[in-house]
Amino acid sequence: MPLPRPTALINMFSLMTTNMIIDSGSQLALQSPTEWLWRFFEWFLIDVYGTVMSLLSEVLGVRMLGYPYMQRAYLAAVCIGVIGPLVGTFLVHRQLSMLADTLAHTAFAGVAVGLFLNATLSLSLSPLLTAIVVAVGTALLVELLIEYAGAYSDTSLAIVLTGGFALGSVLITATDGGIAVGIDAYLFGSLSTVSKTNVGLLVGMSLLVGTLVTLAYRPLLYVTVDATAARAARINVPLYKRLMVVLTALVVVSAMQIMGVILVAAMLVVPVAAAALVATSFKQSILLAILAAEFATITGVTAAYTYGIAAGGSIVLVAIGVYATVLVTTKLTTTTSIVGLIPTQIRRPTDRSDKSIKADGGDEK
Amino acid sequence: MTTETVRVSTDQTPDAPVVSVQDVSFAYGDLAVIDSVSIDIEPGAFLGLVGPNGSGKSTLLDLMVGLREPDAGTVRLFGEPATAFEAGERIGYVPQNATTAARRLPLTVRELVTMGRYPRRLVGRFSDADHQAIDDALRAVEIIDLADRRVGQLSGGQRQRAFIARALAAEADLLALDEPTVGVDAESREAFYELLAELNRSGLTIVLIEHDIGVVTTYASEIACLNRQLFFDGDPEEFVATDALAEAYGTDQHVLTHDH
Repeated sequence: MPLPRPTALINMFSLMTTNMIIDSGSQLALQSPTEWLWRFFEWFLIDVYGTVMSLLSEVLGVRMLGYPYMQRAYLAAVCIGVIGPLVGTFLVHRQLSMLADTLAHTAFAGVAVGLFLNATLSLSLSPLLTAIVVAVGTALLVELLIEYAGAYSDTSLAIVLTGGFALGSVLITATDGGIAVGIDAYLFGSLSTVSKTNVGLLVGMSLLVGTLVTLAYRPLLYVTVDATAARAARINVPLYKRLMVVLTALVVVSAMQIMGVILVAAMLVVPVAAAALVATSFKQSILLAILAAEFATITGVTAAYTYGIAAGGSIVLVAIGVYATVLVTTKLTTTTSIVGLIPTQIRRPTDRSDKSIKADGGDEK
Repeated sequence: MTTETVRVSTDQTPDAPVVSVQDVSFAYGDLAVIDSVSIDIEPGAFLGLVGPNGSGKSTLLDLMVGLREPDAGTVRLFGEPATAFEAGERIGYVPQNATTAARRLPLTVRELVTMGRYPRRLVGRFSDADHQAIDDALRAVEIIDLADRRVGQLSGGQRQRAFIARALAAEADLLALDEPTVGVDAESREAFYELLAELNRSGLTIVLIEHDIGVVTTYASEIACLNRQLFFDGDPEEFVATDALAEAYGTDQHVLTHDH
């Protein structure tokens, strides 16, 4: 393998340092923290990450790594591979896998609301912003329904899911189809529409979600494993349940651009299902799920570019491939029934009434 | 067995009841499940709650640990109104079915037991004392060698011990168990009750719901028989001798004819 040319390295460092000096010198005093953060992110994306990727492209002779939009796509993919399973692990084991899908579909309604408002009131809202607002709102609403009305069931999730999608489709067609342009990108995801803003959102969201999960790891785990005992231990269970659904909404909306509304939930569920087959501890299951998701997203994005196919679909198919491989391997290598227990739980989200758990209660090993 | 590792905090008034239920009523909508019940749990007691299905046992236990607000009457926990009581680490509560639900999770025994320390340390690094309490709890219930196993790989009896260890790791003063031996074979059930009795002798106050009247009257120091109202509260031998059981269960005696 040829070594990177010294001139390229020198160029990279001089670019980094000059931009740093210019940015920190002229912008700090004049701009708001958000703008400064954005400047910093742009500098990171183009001058640091972009330069490193271009260098890699040159060294490895892989041309796609040199294209800025593919560089953005890979960065977005890496972020999705982290935050999807990070939040998904709690969600799946709280037996709310369908919630991710429900929120994705209401996020679609949020996108439609944004586009609709822009078209009718001549605003210039970012559809992602309205998507976040609608998805977080729905998340809290669903959690309230579960908490107070005892209404949690697949049925109520299905109503919210289809309701969101119905609202989205009505709003999109209400303006003579004028805003239907580009909606495919939201439905199926796309690599080419991943703008700097989208990647910025994803990186920011990854930092936020990562920080929140790290800080709230213990109460989130307690609530996931045994919510009643957590309540008896005087942990603020409603607060952490709400945090969990809001995190889900944030992850779904920020990953929607690449994955598509219809497929984004897979990143919170499939790698987690694969990891649950082999992990012994909860921490290990998060780590393995992230590894599986990274493999899926990076392979998927590469395949999408190479063969000109949908990125979201490719990523999900690779993830399911990982799951199937792990499932078959564990089935072949172990005969203990522990392995058999996990996929049952993940595949049958409906079969979770207290009654069914009670009926299982007599099993002994 | 190393029961000396079970520590009981002494920051409560000596001899004040751990739980004091005064004239409490509770209904789910129009369905009254608890009707004017008064009962105290004294420090060091081992109280067995018995009664037919749907007699309000689990509801009463929830009221005792402050998970529900009574419609009438008062519940005091360590001298404070139960729902306002904040020292979560003093309550070791194992809900019904929690142990069967947990076996599906990718979760080690140690992770489960560590949760006992969460009320004391919700964020931040665990101290040496935290780790010591976790190890002591695992040793006390004799599952330290299973600490790195997945919870789902344990037998029913071992899983129950892991949940008890979670309460011991919290250094709880009150252990509240809702039908802990469902799905546990008879032999493990005996061993489990031996463990509870030993923990109780070392100072831990225990309240548990048990459908197996034979085993609970053997090990508990006090029996309360409930069917919406309190039919009996007192000595296990006395309980067996009276007809409180027949009254509480009505004419349907099939529960009593279990072959234990």
